[in-house]
Amino acid sequence: MNFEIIAAAWPMFAKGVWITLHLTVLALAVGFVIALPAALSLHQKGRFHRVWGAYVYVFRGTPLLVQTYLIYYGLSQFDWVRSSYLWGAPAFLGDSWLAGVWPSLKSAWWCALIAFSLNSGAYQAEILRGGLSVVPKGEIEGAKSLGLNPSQVTRLVLLPSALRRALPQYGNEIVFMLHGSVVASVITIQDILGAGRTLNARHYVAYEGFLTAAALYMAITFAVVWAFRQVERRYLRHLNIRPVRTKGAQAPGLAGIGGVALR
Amino acid sequence: MKRLVLAAALAGFATTATAADLKICVEGAYPPFSEVTPSGEIVGFDIDIANALCGAMGKSCEMVQTEWDGIIPALIEGKCDAIIASMSITEERKKAVDFTEKYYYTPAKFIGREGAGLSDTPEGMKGKVVGVQRGTIHQDYMEGKFPGVELRLYGTQDEAYLDLQAGRVDAVVADSVAMDYGFLRTDAGKGFAFFGGDHYDPAFHGPGAGIAVRKDDDALEAALNKAIKDIRASGEYTAIANKYFDFDVYGS
Repeated sequence: MNFEIIAAAWPMFAKGVWITLHLTVLALAVGFVIALPAALSLHQKGRFHRVWGAYVYVFRGTPLLVQTYLIYYGLSQFDWVRSSYLWGAPAFLGDSWLAGVWPSLKSAWWCALIAFSLNSGAYQAEILRGGLSVVPKGEIEGAKSLGLNPSQVTRLVLLPSALRRALPQYGNEIVFMLHGSVVASVITIQDILGAGRTLNARHYVAYEGFLTAAALYMAITFAVVWAFRQVERRYLRHLNIRPVRTKGAQAPGLAGIGGVALR
Repeated sequence: MKRLVLAAALAGFATTATAADLKICVEGAYPPFSEVTPSGEIVGFDIDIANALCGAMGKSCEMVQTEWDGIIPALIEGKCDAIIASMSITEERKKAVDFTEKYYYTPAKFIGREGAGLSDTPEGMKGKVVGVQRGTIHQDYMEGKFPGVELRLYGTQDEAYLDLQAGRVDAVVADSVAMDYGFLRTDAGKGFAFFGGDHYDPAFHGPGAGIAVRKDDDALEAALNKAIKDIRASGEYTAIANKYFDFDVYGS
């Protein structure tokens, strides 16, 4: 191991961490926006549930690398794509801020974000659908009996309850997306793995770049896992089996009262 | 039964370790020097030269297809014994591996869209986006001499061509012959052309493409050097070169 070259390449890795986090967080957020209507439609067999079903099926059924390649190298093969607004901002926008954030397929960064968002959206839809399907009927009936209309039931009872139940799988999806984001490095984006590869290529070494990248991914993963444990502790409290209190002269037979054991 | 299946599975692993005398690392995405045919066969100038050299040494050889940016580590770790992959002999690489004499030399050049009016000077390329293959002399050259250029790094040369076609990069810099035969003369290369002259900077480009061997492998290095001389003298080199090129690829 040559620590000198790793230390010298530190700015490159720092930039890589920023790009990886930036891409992952945005992809998860956009994915969530897609997943919400998808999961509700799938759960309630809404009007477009077959369309959403096909979307989830395709994006969960194909590897992220293939999706990214198809969007980056595939779409750019078509002249009509390259001569459309998909490729660049309309000229009348000039140098305005809108032109700066235009989702152009010409940019590797946007292609990665689009591919990652669509992929994560499909997985999140499936996670959320699972969460929705295990919300006890009683909660919905209770909400209805309070006089809430259907949209209120969804917003105030169904979704919050489903989201809480989906939390553990959500933590997984975040970690998967973080690790999946290495795909960005094959379409010229200098993320953490890209920095590691460049280090390897520059110094003709096999391990230094990959090990540094691995250590960085692991650190971020542990931070995510830790954060999720805190969030779960807070929001899944009501689902926990409460610790049994044996303080005082309580009869052993009553120890379960208040907990789940006696239910 | 389970044990039988396991034994069969292990036998499968064992047969992949063939008994070739030498393993040669080649690349496979650098036409016409090396490319993979639709049927999955690896062919090209590098491959023919490798086979000719093995024949001249009287050894059996196995080609090991390896990603470019991991090819030197693969040699050092013994996944192969020599690299015949159009690798330029440079001082920087000599710190990691030893090289034979060159087996060909061709200069580096820029390509871009025809009539784009680009100039190949550092000032002329300022602010332009240029694609290079990661871990090549061309990456080092661009980083060293063209600081104002926005560089895009690709795993293979073919991916750089795809992005040139797509218009994501303004130019690609690489070996002139690889680009001429591997891209410009193909259907994909229509509408693209060289611009500027040959680029040669001894500090970056070195004397040409050589065969890399491990630092302690002096015997193989000597044998390969002799084999290069032999196939040059016997006319076998010229026969192979004529198959691919209409000029003297060995250089002066």
